[in-house]
Amino acid sequence: MARRRVHNRALVQGIGSKVSGIGGLIAGFLLAASLCFGGPANPSPPNMFRPASTPADAIFHISIFVLMISGVIFAVVFWLLVYVLVKFRRSAGDDGREPPQVYGSNQVELAWTVLPILVVFVLFLATARVIHSIEDARKPPEAVEVIAIGHQFWWEFRYPSLGVVTANELHVPVSDPAHPTPTFIRLLSADTDHSFWVPRLAGKTDLIPNRTNNTWIDPHEVGIYVGQCAQYCGTQHAKMLLRVYVEPPDQFNRWVQEESKPAQVSDAFSEGRRIFESMACINCHAISGTVADGRFGPDLTHLMSRETIASGAASNTPENLRLWIHDPDAIKPGSLMPAMKLTDQDLDALTAYLETLR
Amino acid sequence: MSSESIALNPSDESTRPIGDRLHDWVTTVDHKKLGIMYILYALVFLVIGGIEATIMRIQLIVPHNHFVSPQVFNRMFTMHGTTMIFFVAMPIMFGFGNYLVPLMIGARDMAFPRLNAWSFWLAAFGGLLLYFSFIGGDGLYGAGSAPDVGWFAYAPLTARVFSVGHSTDFWTLGLLVSGIGSIGTAANIVATILCLRCPGMTLGKMPLLAWMNLVMAALVLLAISPLTAAQIMLSLDRYLGAHFFDTQAGGSAVIWMHFFWIFGHPEVYVLVIPAFAFASEIIPVFSRKPIFGYPVMVAATVTIGFVSFTVWAHHMFTVGMNSYANSFFTISTMIVGVPTGIKIFNWIGTMWGGKIQLKTPMLFCIGFLFQFLIAGLTGIMLAVAPFDWQLGNSYFVVAHFHYVIVGAILFALFGAFYYWFPKMSGRMYNETLGKWHFWLFLIGFHLTFDFMHIPGLLGMPRRIYTYEPGRGWDTWNLIITIGVLFQAAGILVFVGNLLWSRLRGPACTTDPWDAWTLEWSTSSPPPEYNFATIPVVRSRRPLWDIKHPEDPDWKYE
Amino acid sequence: MSSTSLASSSIESEWVLPSRGRVGMFCLIAAESAIFTIFVVAYIYYIGKSLAGPMPKDVLELPIFATICLLSSSLTIHFAVGALRNGKSGIFGIWWFVTIALGAIFLVETGREWYDLIFEKGLTINTNLFGTTYFSLVGLHAFHVTVGLIGLAIGMVLALLGKVKQEHSERADVFSLYWHFVDVVWIVVFTVVYIIGR
Repeated sequence: MARRRVHNRALVQGIGSKVSGIGGLIAGFLLAASLCFGGPANPSPPNMFRPASTPADAIFHISIFVLMISGVIFAVVFWLLVYVLVKFRRSAGDDGREPPQVYGSNQVELAWTVLPILVVFVLFLATARVIHSIEDARKPPEAVEVIAIGHQFWWEFRYPSLGVVTANELHVPVSDPAHPTPTFIRLLSADTDHSFWVPRLAGKTDLIPNRTNNTWIDPHEVGIYVGQCAQYCGTQHAKMLLRVYVEPPDQFNRWVQEESKPAQVSDAFSEGRRIFESMACINCHAISGTVADGRFGPDLTHLMSRETIASGAASNTPENLRLWIHDPDAIKPGSLMPAMKLTDQDLDALTAYLETLR
Repeated sequence: MSSESIALNPSDESTRPIGDRLHDWVTTVDHKKLGIMYILYALVFLVIGGIEATIMRIQLIVPHNHFVSPQVFNRMFTMHGTTMIFFVAMPIMFGFGNYLVPLMIGARDMAFPRLNAWSFWLAAFGGLLLYFSFIGGDGLYGAGSAPDVGWFAYAPLTARVFSVGHSTDFWTLGLLVSGIGSIGTAANIVATILCLRCPGMTLGKMPLLAWMNLVMAALVLLAISPLTAAQIMLSLDRYLGAHFFDTQAGGSAVIWMHFFWIFGHPEVYVLVIPAFAFASEIIPVFSRKPIFGYPVMVAATVTIGFVSFTVWAHHMFTVGMNSYANSFFTISTMIVGVPTGIKIFNWIGTMWGGKIQLKTPMLFCIGFLFQFLIAGLTGIMLAVAPFDWQLGNSYFVVAHFHYVIVGAILFALFGAFYYWFPKMSGRMYNETLGKWHFWLFLIGFHLTFDFMHIPGLLGMPRRIYTYEPGRGWDTWNLIITIGVLFQAAGILVFVGNLLWSRLRGPACTTDPWDAWTLEWSTSSPPPEYNFATIPVVRSRRPLWDIKHPEDPDWKYE
Repeated sequence: MSSTSLASSSIESEWVLPSRGRVGMFCLIAAESAIFTIFVVAYIYYIGKSLAGPMPKDVLELPIFATICLLSSSLTIHFAVGALRNGKSGIFGIWWFVTIALGAIFLVETGREWYDLIFEKGLTINTNLFGTTYFSLVGLHAFHVTVGLIGLAIGMVLALLGKVKQEHSERADVFSLYWHFVDVVWIVVFTVVYIIGR
């Protein structure tokens, strides 16, 4: 075979492929850089490569393993492709004869069949272990039990043994690896499919009507972890956000104590309370210790203990709360909260009442 | 090569009245005309689907954007996905298959020409029915609305109670109708390949494109039907009060997923196997060598066809199947990667030791190789069920499948366009514009889809019309949207090149590429009867045998 | 090029490929089998899962007579095709007619069964999961029987007009493949619905 001089343009074509590969490398570098900078103090970005809980840890490790294997395969094949393009490019002074017509090679075919099968075998064994360790984990007696019910477009959280009902913001105790206190969550749905995903704590698991699923987390770092619904569930799927508050045990217990109390009654805001209890509010919402016992919307008994409203779509301020009641479409167009047609005066009184629900 | 000059009835098309010519096209049963109609139909929908994607990307360019409402956005992603799969990718593959298979096997037409025409018009009607939903979706009164349930239309979101009005029904019926057309075309392809090969062309001697269309058609027969069945069930639920997917009556939402993905996974092989076919024809010609390992390529393709029916629930890793089921689908998905990887090695082996010419078709095939490699690797990552528990339903998955469909399939399709355009039109395209198309589209593709993996890794789910700032997704979304500009520019150059070359390009010979399969032995464009006399072949490369009588293939095969 | 080898090539004279009608029909049967498989899977999955309403063992009776009719019709169509292959158009017409009659009886029996279920036993497609899966599976099959009967009827008309000759036996055979398929599906449906599901 005649020797080929490397032509400038051959390099350009070869570089074209390399540039794309380098683009990928740059992306990877930027990603790594962004991973090194921690986010704001609270809450942390949902980065699966900074796991803070055992299931997320296990997933992180197998992910790195498969990323490395993929990286090696990519590097080998990529450079093979570049080599072929550069070395076997038709040169400018080509004589026009056809190169040797090679039809195949059984040995080569065997080699590049057996090798991938071995890789698959190894990868599968490693993966099966992780699947089993996460899915078949036994629930220890000290575990906190939560029932999560997905709604369009908010999360209902019940702690049956602790007598707590809340919405959208999940509080759990931090789990000490020496004496683990994980939280096991039963996942149900009241309407259509949803998915519970807080990347730093665990992989996602779906909430499917007429089906009970289970997931668990045992976070070992205090903090606020964000996530959101990860299965398209309708118009406001995008704003069905999730927050998980991982707290030291005593703080968690205090929260449980507060949440399991009924609503405080105060005469000062009786006008707002009267409006609440005589309007359609009670068809959807519950406030324990009052006549309001609706289940369609979030429980409002301790509304003010939450930092956000509308499943994370807005922060829990008086202005936002007033706006949400008056015109939900301004915050979350397409949500199932109806616009309550109240006078300004009634709206103010109602908001003031709700502000007392600590 | 004497048949090029034997045109029994040379007629000058441009002098006939336009009405007559249109009538010809509308009533034709000729596989070449039908093939071209499929392709043009798909190109129109490619542009429409691209506009839908652009709308989404503009909405997502910054967080909390107000370019479109959530209702419109949700319709956009539903229609974009449905359009691209059913009214772009499938018709265009059927179009190329229709055009090329009879020519490459030395036949005069498909086995059932009238079924061919019926299938095309049915498929075309399905697309129009789906798009009618934009004005008719709400039962013709009020503003219309297109379906907004996602292209896989999970239950129970599609139930009457959650999906009010008729928008979902347009999805169901449009796809049902075009699905029946697809089954007709698939049966036609199988019958053509099995029954109409020219003398001497045993199954082991037919071009790889024919083999791959055979496997593709078999997949269509077995995979579209589950979707048809599920859609019938959904319609029964919505109209006759049946309870197939009615969770309130004890029905299962998960069984819809099973039925859909038993269709959905083989479907992606229906789309990618013809792309393999294009690469398997183009790469040898531009490397000046036969395909490396023809028997292995056939075996790998058939294996992929079979195994593709065993992997479907890797789309359902997060629904709470038990650990044994998840493990099974992990290994089956990894296994299907093995024959796929083998093919990549064979293509590289074809180029090895050759004399590679970097014309536009070959450039696109090289892009295909490189991008298909990456797409396959991200697929292996997703096969690892625990990793999928993080990445599933996120932008990582969106990036992965766009890497396959755009990076691999569309690139191979562009290669096929440039390679066979001279044969179909009788004119040569402009090579400079072709290269502009390639580079513009390559840059745009990588800007968008390389960086799209990152928000997925950082927790961004798919199908959201907006996202929260401060989660680390903002910059990446901006870059992703910028890539759209380059892709759009590339497509404009492409369409311009096609039009200009069709109208004013230089006339080309029967065999501008010095290729080896039978379609290059007849005129460009071929006469309606394809071949004056049915060819007789002795090897996989009949034209090589003719051009190299001292060194024919049949001595070595 | 090839025109010179045309006359003398031995390859050509031995070049026999399957008939396209037969291959096309097998493709159709493959696709239809996939559709039926999904309905059967749904039926089996939902056995015992109805929340309320009539259950199979309460309301289903074995349709023995209808089954015998339908399965015999496979035999009669086989005789019809055999007769046509031997050039006996008259005998063909008789057996073809018997096939239609047996298929029609099957449909009538199905209709009677459905009337009883809907109006006497209170089971409809929206009663419960059993009703949904039963009517859709049996209905899908009955639809295919109906389409077959229409095809058979067209054949009957052509036969009566004297247009069906020995050279058409291949086409009749290909059509009979569809009819045999419909019968095989009934065997599966019968087993799943009336034996396993009860």
